[in-house]
This record gives sequence, structure tokens and C-alpha cells, in this order.
Amino acid sequence: MFAKPFAFVALCLTSALAWANPDIQHWDTDNGAGVYFVPAPELPMVDISVVFNAGAARDGDMPGLAKMTSAMLDEGAGGMSADEIATAFADVGANFGASSERDMAVFSLRTLTEDQAFEQALTTYSQILAKPDFPQAPFERIQQTLLTGLQAENQSPKAIASRAFYENLYPSHPYGVMPNGTADSVKQLTPEDLKAFYQQYFVSRNAVVVIVGAVDRSEAEQIAERVTAGLAAGEAAPALPQVAELKSAELIHKSFPSTQTTIVMGQPGISRDDPDYFPLYVGNHILGGSGLVSMLSDELREKRGLTYGVYSYFRPMQQLGPYQMALQTRNEKAEEALTVLRDTVKNFVETGPSEAQLTAAKQNITGGFALRVDSNSKIADYLAMIGFYDLPLDYLDNFNDRVNAVTVAEIKDAFKRRVNADKMLTVLVGGETEKQ
Amino acid sequence: MQMQKLKILAWLAMLIPGLALAQVSEFELENGLKLIVKEDHRAPVVVSQVWYKVGSSYEHNGITGISHILEHMMFKGTENLEPNEFSQIIADNGGEHNAFTGRDYTAYFQKLHKDRLEVSFKHESDRMRNLIIDSAELIKERDVVAEERRMRTEDNPKAQLRESFNAAAFMSSPYHHPVIGWMSDIHHYQADDLRDWYQQWYAPNNATVVVAGDVEPKTVLELAKKYFGPLKPEQVAELKPQTEVAQKGLREIKVKAPAELPYLMMGWKVPVVTTVAEDKAWEPYALEVLAGILDGGNSARFARELVREQQVATNVGAGNSLFSRLKDLFVIAGTPANGKSVADLEQAIREQLQRLKDEPVTEQELARVKAQVVADTVYEKDSVFYQAMQIGMLETIGLDWMVGENYVDNVKQVTAEQVQAVANKYFVDDRLTIGELVPQPLDGSRPAVTTGDTHVR
Repeated sequence: MFAKPFAFVALCLTSALAWANPDIQHWDTDNGAGVYFVPAPELPMVDISVVFNAGAARDGDMPGLAKMTSAMLDEGAGGMSADEIATAFADVGANFGASSERDMAVFSLRTLTEDQAFEQALTTYSQILAKPDFPQAPFERIQQTLLTGLQAENQSPKAIASRAFYENLYPSHPYGVMPNGTADSVKQLTPEDLKAFYQQYFVSRNAVVVIVGAVDRSEAEQIAERVTAGLAAGEAAPALPQVAELKSAELIHKSFPSTQTTIVMGQPGISRDDPDYFPLYVGNHILGGSGLVSMLSDELREKRGLTYGVYSYFRPMQQLGPYQMALQTRNEKAEEALTVLRDTVKNFVETGPSEAQLTAAKQNITGGFALRVDSNSKIADYLAMIGFYDLPLDYLDNFNDRVNAVTVAEIKDAFKRRVNADKMLTVLVGGETEKQ
Repeated sequence: MQMQKLKILAWLAMLIPGLALAQVSEFELENGLKLIVKEDHRAPVVVSQVWYKVGSSYEHNGITGISHILEHMMFKGTENLEPNEFSQIIADNGGEHNAFTGRDYTAYFQKLHKDRLEVSFKHESDRMRNLIIDSAELIKERDVVAEERRMRTEDNPKAQLRESFNAAAFMSSPYHHPVIGWMSDIHHYQADDLRDWYQQWYAPNNATVVVAGDVEPKTVLELAKKYFGPLKPEQVAELKPQTEVAQKGLREIKVKAPAELPYLMMGWKVPVVTTVAEDKAWEPYALEVLAGILDGGNSARFARELVREQQVATNVGAGNSLFSRLKDLFVIAGTPANGKSVADLEQAIREQLQRLKDEPVTEQELARVKAQVVADTVYEKDSVFYQAMQIGMLETIGLDWMVGENYVDNVKQVTAEQVQAVANKYFVDDRLTIGELVPQPLDGSRPAVTTGDTHVR
């Protein structure tokens, strides 16, 4: 046996802090944005996000509006062109990202903390947020890009199924609008629509600032002030309307020239502050949320070879987000797979998990907690969630205790009240049965 | 302004040596198993990966994809564990685990609290030599893999093109066939095929164990000796070279599939770090910088000129294959913008390449690409998993993990003249394969049993 150890100069091994939970610091900026900060001194970099309550749920009768507004921010700001903005970031190795879903519009910056790099990245980022120009020529190009994206959806059975699922799950609620919009709507958008949307929602009282990285408290305070200083104070977005339950079971079948049928099934699920959150989360972990060892995976993949992957999850949102389960199977097995899926869910709602299953789920969830906060980017995601949904600052500290407190009886009770196996929305997208 | 940018770059260059927070230790057990430990004490977690030198490029026709389905079967029980029991044990220990198969490797991993590393070693060492391949389980798993193939390839028009494109670009090289295997091969694996494959490649002297995270190398070594140490080494077969025949002219293929959007792929045969001659060792890195000039983010030439200025592409990307076991492709691929054709996009790409051949890239662009590479090496350190991946992949394709540590230095040494030189040498039609996705109607192309959409309450 031989050993050839390579040792590099260690920069700061003294800070080998084995934090179980990140130390979250919280304050408000002068103009009313909530700030969530975790110092992470080990790497010479910082992650910054500004999250607005300005997702597609605010599109109104203009689907695609939120998405396009977000996509336009780095296309021109404060007189800088798209090329100049892109170059300003690239020259110092900084990464800028924009994303927009139903609840959140997120703008993120990752940069080195070295003075000049940091200064140039932060100045550019602040300018994008505060002074977008919405110039005409880039507007038309982005419009075409969104239209091409909608065409790409038409060739993806999964995307078709997802659209049909949301539109029918939320027939009269803003969550029924797809963030990518519709071709008709996207074609009619104008720069003026985007400016109006920006002015209403991209305001500091509607924003959360997240900072994770190698900066101290006073530096973090300056960052938060700088990225929000150019924003109008404005008002927080109003509460979204409540989601109506499905009145009856519904089955939608869309023909598509594919070898597999995509099956998506579900109903309105839970909100982020839902009192049933923990029993439903832990219960679903057992049913379909734990990958290869879940009940659904066992029934559909392990026992029957019907699919490569099947899952179920609750997506907690401002109002009731979807409870969704999905799989793909060859066309001739679609009926069988759907029957197994329904029966497994129905049985679980009726009988709940065993004590042994619950114990295993708790071990898995609580034992894996360290893995969920083992990088700056994961911590930043949690801060955005805590800030946006106004969860308590000790949410992560108490997470394992809340999971451990869940009982079999609570899971059964919560599933019986909240999941109705006889009123599921089911979407099938696929081709005809292949002749053997 | 330009001076300032260059100053930043100089600072970034100095940053790297001090940045190596992590210590790397390398060991080899008596049975030939390699162990590499990378310390990262930021969080109380550990990533454990076992890498085998086997993948689809080790396969021949008739059994394509066998490395991949064997990876599936590795979860189906050993002399000591029931099918799926390993997954349950990892779950009970609060861990995550999975596996992946590529052209040049098969790897298994666990992510765990740092105190649970032993669980990983105990069962990874078990399934390295004691796997049971049961015929009934295999027949079920063939169905699962067939579903995986339908999902990834059959019902995805771009993936169909990619598969045919590789099969056209590579004739005798095993990069010809897909990692997941051809469908008819998937349907016909027999238990004995897998047993032979397992026996041949799954052995301590054909494996590298990579551990990254909040661990002490000595403790990890002791654990490795305890669990992997007793395993018997295997006579590992010498791999046939399967050298790619010389290409003698432009190759073009078309794939028709139900789709709305056309897609273009162009690939040139290029040397990689493993295959390049010693005096040309800089060439793969020059190609790497060239890829950055074209597609290194939103400020690079493709985004700036093809997407924003000429509006000929909705998206277009360039990718160099630096690290693979065999000669590979430099690929440029994209979707034409609305109202533009695949031919328009190809023409625009060719003009870009001609410019790289005619003019050296500007110092500013070169500096920008290098600044991004330097920054990315800092950002990558935020992921323990990525750090372990990098080490395992390099070792398994036959390079030293140190090659990864030297990546930034090698990129930084590339000059504008070198970028121009590789552009002229490699972007020639005799090395080129072009693939085009030709969209077919999404409705009415096949008679449907249903009469269109149905909606039942």
C-alpha cells in the first residue's frame, strides 16, 4: 500500500464550523423590503437574490406578462444595452439569472467578493432592477423567443399534460394561467403593458432580499440598501383569491403521436402556511415523495415494471398549490398504470401508513436535514422561501421537531379531509395502443 | 476601462492558489482499489462515490446499453440484501443515493451525514462482488429501461436527432451507440450476459472510490481497508481499441419526427486531453477557450451576434468535449429563429467559424473567457458533489485528478494565436457531421384510435 497525500495551503480551516442550522439574520431596508442574510465566510463569493411577489398569478387577462417582464430586465437598463449589461457581468465572472413562476419572480446574482468584481457586478445588478428601459427592438425579439418556446411545448407530451392539468385544476383562478402564457396573449403584449406591470409589482414593499456569502452584517446592510434604493416603495401585492375545490372527478385525454402516455393526476393541495402541512408532507413522502422507496414507485416500477419513474408531491404556494402525481408508461399499459395509481392513492387515503413506514420516513427526512442546507445556494433558496411566504425565522430550527411530532392518526386524518381520491383531475397525453 | 478589466483578471489569477480550501489525499489498497478523499469542512455531510471503468464505450453491438441496465440491477439485491433493500437502508439513514452511467464510466453515490459513511462502504463493497442477478427481476427491469428509453429518446425529437447524429459521426468508435442502448438490444439481455459483464468489470482493481466532505482521510482509509480491503481483485480484460476510422468527407443526416421546431447539429472530430499528442497538449484547451468565445454566456459571440444582432437563432450553443476516453466531437447546435431556416443558421455559424480562422480573437474577449473560468472554479466549490464528480470522472477516463486542478492554468495559457490555429486545423468539412431535425405534423401523421381530444367528467 502506498499513500501520496496532496496538501494545499488551507485558507481558513479555523472556521470549520459544523453548523447544524444556518444563522438567519433579518431586517427591513429603509424603503420596506425584508432582508434575510446568512454569513458564509468560507468561499470568496456571495449569492444575492431579490424576490418579488410578481409571478404569473399577477398576469390577469394577459398570460405571459410576468414572464416577459422578467425576461426584459437585462435587455436594457439605465441606458445600458443588453450587450453592455452582459459584458459587465462576464468581465468579472458574475452570473445573473431571472426566473418567474406562479408566485415568485426571482432575480439572482452570484459574484466574487473581490472589490472590483463585486462593485461592477452589484452596480449592474442594481441598475437592472431599478431602471429597466424595455426597449422596443429587444422587446420584439423576446416576444419571438417566447412564441418559439410555446411551439416547443407543443412537441412535448409532458408540457402539454402540464398545461391541461393546470388549466383544468384552476379553471377560474390565477394559478390556471401558464407562466409561459399563450400565443394569442404574448402576441398582443406591448412594452407599455410590461412597464405598468413593473411599476406596480417591482417595488420594495413587494420585495424580499436574500444574501448568503462572505460578507459581514454591515456589508450585507449596504448591499440590501443598494439593490432596493432605486425601487419605488409601492405596495405589497394584494392577497390572491382562494382556490375552489374540484366538484367532481374529471378525465382529459389528449391524442399525441408518442410511444408513451403521460399521466398527470391531482387536485388542489396546500398553501405554504397550511395547518396540515406537516402531516401531509410526511404522509406524501411515504406515498410518493421518497423516490425509489416510495409506495407508488414500489407498486408501479418495482413490482410491475410499468414506468421509469413515478412521484407525487404537494407544491405549497400562497394559495392552495397543486397536489400532483405523474408517470409515463407505454401506451398499451396506460389503463393498467392509471388503475394501479388510483388504487394505491385510494388505499393510502383510507388506511394511512403503518407505524414502521412512518418511523422510516421520519428517519429519512430528519436524518437528511444536513444535506438540505449544505451549500450557499441551497441556503439561499430556503431564505427566499422563508422570506417570501413569511415563515418564522426559526422554521429550519424547528423543522425536524415538527416532522418527528407527526403521528399515524394525524396523517390519516389530514389525508381523509384533504385528499379525495374520488375527485381527482386526470390528464392523459399519448398515442393509440401499438398493435402487437 | 479596459485596463481596469485586465487588472481584475490579474487579481483573479492570483486568487486560485490560496483558494484550495480542500485537501486531497490519494491512496491505493493492496487489491488495487483507488481511494481519493477531498476534505470540505463547510457542512457536516459526506458524499461517497464508487466509479467503475466501464460504460457504453466498452460495449459492442448486440449488448449495447448493458452497462446501464447492470447499473439498474445493482439495486436488486446481493447475497446479503433483498432487492431494493440497499435503497431502504440509505433512506433510513437520512441519505440520498443513486447512480449514473455514461460512455466511459458507471458510478454509484450516496449523500449522507458525515457520521454515516460506514453505511455506504459496507454495502457498496458488498455489491462490488456479491451481486445476484435474478432472471425474473431482469425481465421486469428490461421493461423499466425500455420505458426510460421511450421517455428520454423515442418521444423526444431532439434526442432522436442526437442519437442518429452520433451514429453517423462515429462509425467504428463505440461512441456510435447510445448509452441507454438500442431498443432491440434492451429487449434481449439475458441474465448470463449481465453476469459476465459484472464479473468482468466490477472489481476493486477496476474501481475508484471518491469521498468528499467533512471527513478525515485517515479514518476514511481505515474504513475502506475494513470493507473494500478483503475483496479479491479480478483479471480485468484488456479493452479492444475500437479506433474510429478516418473520416473522408462531410456527412449529413436528416431525422424526421413529429415536431414543431427544426433543429441543427454540427459536429467536428477533435482531439481530447486523453488522446492528444504530447506536443499538442494545448489544443484541447484552445478549443475550450474557442467554445467560450462563441458561447461563454450572454456576452459571447453567439448570443450577441446570432441571437440578438442577426436574429438568426432562438438559441445556439457550442460545446467542446475536453474529457472523454476516446476522440470526440466539438458540437454546435441550435434552433433557428422564427422565419429563419436551418440553412440560414448553418450559414451564420459557418461565417462565425470563418472569422475565427481569419482573425485572432480580441484580447478583451480572451480575458473575459478566462475571468469566467476562474470565477467558475470558485463557484464550483459550493457543491461538494460536483467536486467529487470531477475527481471520479477524470480518474475513470484514465487521467489523474490533478488534471482538474490544472484546468485553470491550462486555460489561462491559451493565446489568441492558438485559438486561431485550432479553428483552422479542426473546423474543416472533412471532419464535419451535420444533422437536421425535419419536423413532421403532430396531428394526423398516424391514425389515432380516439377521435381527437376527449373530455370526460
